[in-house]
Amino acid sequence: MSDAHFQFDVVVVGAGPAGIAAACAAAEFSDRVAAVDDTPWLGGQIWRGEQARPKQSPAQQWLEKFRKCGATVLDRTSVIAAPEAGLLLAEHADGPREIRWQKLILATGARELFLPFPGWTLPNVIGPGGLQALVKNGWPISGKRVVICGTGPLLLAVANGLRSYGAKIVSINEQASWGALAGFGFGLLKHPAKLFQGAGIGMGIFGVPFRCGTWAVKAEGDEAVRSVTLTNGSKTWTEECDVLACGFNLAPNVELPVAVGCDLQRGFVRVDLMQATTVKNVFCAGEPTGIGGADCALTEGQIAGYAANEQSPRAEELFAERDKWHAFREALAQTYALRPELKKLATDETLLCRCEDVTLGRVRQFSGWREAKLLTRCGMGSCQGRVCGAAAKIVLGWGAESVRPPVLPARVGSLITTENQR
Amino acid sequence: MSNPITVQVNGKAVSVSPGTIVAAAVAINGTSGFRKSVLGKFRGPLCGMGICMECRVTINGQKHCRSCQILCEPGMEIRTDE
Repeated sequence: MSDAHFQFDVVVVGAGPAGIAAACAAAEFSDRVAAVDDTPWLGGQIWRGEQARPKQSPAQQWLEKFRKCGATVLDRTSVIAAPEAGLLLAEHADGPREIRWQKLILATGARELFLPFPGWTLPNVIGPGGLQALVKNGWPISGKRVVICGTGPLLLAVANGLRSYGAKIVSINEQASWGALAGFGFGLLKHPAKLFQGAGIGMGIFGVPFRCGTWAVKAEGDEAVRSVTLTNGSKTWTEECDVLACGFNLAPNVELPVAVGCDLQRGFVRVDLMQATTVKNVFCAGEPTGIGGADCALTEGQIAGYAANEQSPRAEELFAERDKWHAFREALAQTYALRPELKKLATDETLLCRCEDVTLGRVRQFSGWREAKLLTRCGMGSCQGRVCGAAAKIVLGWGAESVRPPVLPARVGSLITTENQR
Repeated sequence: MSNPITVQVNGKAVSVSPGTIVAAAVAINGTSGFRKSVLGKFRGPLCGMGICMECRVTINGQKHCRSCQILCEPGMEIRTDE
């Protein structure tokens, strides 16, 4: 294994909508732009599988633009540490990577938020977005009975997507109330394109029960999930399924921004009007700054890309558009606010930390995340608290974002090589 | 259509289309338990996006590979039982 050293003017971490847009904008003014991404494909999680779609989709147009923009793609490359200003360390199957930057744009996206409930650790209990991503890459879903639950606009989109792959959607269960959703639908009138998308999805779910104010309380099965128990608060019933898709909207991926030293504000990366973080020459765009969806991410990404090249006027042209998406972002947060009952689903016997198999009951004995980590190993397994830390914030109200390098599990070889160069 | 790829899942040949991820090959094989947890319970993919680490398998002898982020390649040997 040999090291590889790279040097760029602008490095974008994450090749989802925000990163793609940032790289395109940055490449208009700089010849040395790179986009670094964990995966073998472009477009992040949301545009996964879009490469094969008709050229008319906005995703395709952006991906096409990106391919022509001249930015270098460092794919299958996982950033594991940021030991000093201007340097990222990353891991690739061929060996460690050292990536130097003048300006850094963090577009690390979001992950689904999972909340613990009895049975949530069973195989085939999968996040809705995650399931959609898996299915786009060949996961067998045809003929499978799928119950969808949790919260967020993703539930309907995923139901529609899975149906097109032949899944039998048993039911769609949104925890938000009809009242909250109706308010959101009305709010969409300010965003006609979104309303149109909503209508298209609405037709796709024809014939499948879509319930609001309904959530899963328990999943059961032996080697894999076989049934789920749902409730609307007054009535409780059980539905059989082969797959339970359950997720509670999105949580921002702030681990790398925190490792770089960026300040957070209410759990999101704090940025100014130019998408600049509190760290010099470091910008952030898309979901880590607030869960606003792909269109919001595209706009923020472009602003960051221009701002990184000191092209303020070009960035400012996009401010009004960003304001519109920020209003949408606010409406999303209000509509899909989590109901308090969801915090009480897990019992003392339910695992909170899936990596180290630590129950909620054990974690609850401690006064805070740090103490619980030290004494139970919760949040110290291979996901490094990405799943249980985000859940603990909701269920226990604990802040849980201490980040230490490596920000992703890394091979010892990568770290040894890194150490030798220090 | 491009030709299918053949991989081995726990020693059994599984044929998949190009662009199929390792996790999908494991599922096509009918395996729902991708790994055993610390307390010995079966686990499978949760996030599908390379974050939760529940879908870890052994690929060509390399342990702890995230099967949701890696594409199948001809002749790949995938194990969930190690």
